[in-house]
Amino acid sequence: MAEEEDIVLSEMEDDELVQQMHDDLYDGLRDEVVEGVNILLERGWAPYDVLTKALVEGMRIVGIDFRDGILFVPEVLLAANAMKAGMAILKPLLIETGARRVGTMVIGTVKGDIHDIGKNLVSMMMEGAGFEVHDLGINNPVENYLDALEREKPDILGMSALLTTTMPYMKVVIDTLKEKGIRDDYVVLVGGAPLNEEFGRAIGADAYCRDAAVAVETAKQFMERKHNQPATG
Amino acid sequence: MRQDPADAAGRAGEPSDRRLTEEGTGLGDNPGRRVLVIACGALAREILAIRRLNGWDRLELTCLPAILHNRPERIVPALRARVAEARARGWRQIVVGYADCGTGGGIDRFCAEEGLSRIDGPHCYSFFDGNAAFAAQAEDEITAFYLTDFLARQFDTLVWQGMGLDRHPELRDMMFGNYDRLVYIAQTEDPALENRARAAAERLGLRFEMRRRGYGDLVPFLAGAVGD
Repeated sequence: MAEEEDIVLSEMEDDELVQQMHDDLYDGLRDEVVEGVNILLERGWAPYDVLTKALVEGMRIVGIDFRDGILFVPEVLLAANAMKAGMAILKPLLIETGARRVGTMVIGTVKGDIHDIGKNLVSMMMEGAGFEVHDLGINNPVENYLDALEREKPDILGMSALLTTTMPYMKVVIDTLKEKGIRDDYVVLVGGAPLNEEFGRAIGADAYCRDAAVAVETAKQFMERKHNQPATG
Repeated sequence: MRQDPADAAGRAGEPSDRRLTEEGTGLGDNPGRRVLVIACGALAREILAIRRLNGWDRLELTCLPAILHNRPERIVPALRARVAEARARGWRQIVVGYADCGTGGGIDRFCAEEGLSRIDGPHCYSFFDGNAAFAAQAEDEITAFYLTDFLARQFDTLVWQGMGLDRHPELRDMMFGNYDRLVYIAQTEDPALENRARAAAERLGLRFEMRRRGYGDLVPFLAGAVGD
């Protein structure tokens, strides 16, 4: 019978360690992920590289397997907790080192809905991808969104709903933005289990995002387009 | 010997709750003039009880696994396959024993394509409560988590294990922390089941409430299906 070898993270080469951190994140091993983050930092890795290459990439793999039905909500939550612990170390360092801000997002679950697991994952992944995220929490009436848009002046507005009965409220928010003539000032992304692309189009959102990884990719694409737009006036 | 409630069968000949949750039930041939309900396994006992009480022998039932409740995106593909199978076996009169059930209009689109009708409402706990009454108090109950008789019986399988809380109880507050009460919408008067629902509320750390509603809007839907 083969003896199981103890894994010693500090003895691993960088590439091997990053792979191991992806596995540990996948398995929701919080302490091991924190240890990995600290080792890479001690080896002189830039905080941004630790974040993107070890944590965000690991979480991207988790997202794919969730989408494909290999992982389920509890495993994703454990992975998210592990990533959160790693990010808690990196966040102050990222601010200190002035890592590039990709954009700003206001996000919240709509009025009548208290579900926030998916929204919290999106917030975390967006932060991991370099966005400044202002999370409004759950059960947000249109006024909350309007106040936050005025206050934070974000690039992106994200709305989430889990219930068939609450998802139409996203249209109320978008219609209010139109009435006020500010709809086109923001990229509006929507998500949640009962939504689909057709619904996103029908209510006038810029995109429906199937999961947190797609939300990040979509947000990045919109930001790139924005930066590539020629200056007018 | 005590029977595991998860294995409980209804009346003689009815499939067990475990089978209704995980496998569903099959489909018979020789439809004749009968009407087929293709339903969620979570509604099997209630549909059979309504059939028995009303003498609607023309009504035939086949069930998809109730566990699909946890992955609503899989409901329409499963329905599509079962409807195709039923049509291939000669069934002509078919109705869908689902509400919207978290499909975001997916079941409605499927029904429109196939010319079928479904039960009105967003979820089973809504039509058991009565859709109008449920909608009227929705705003006051946004922090409510609902159980029906079936969900109370299958709480361990569908909720506790289904959400992974048996393996990771530490995730309970991440998943249920925004709820403040569990509302048990009861179809039958069953003290044992009430106790199970109460225990479920306690395990989730939620206040317990109960409304005894019977079969709600499911009865008129089935009456319409059999033309009664």
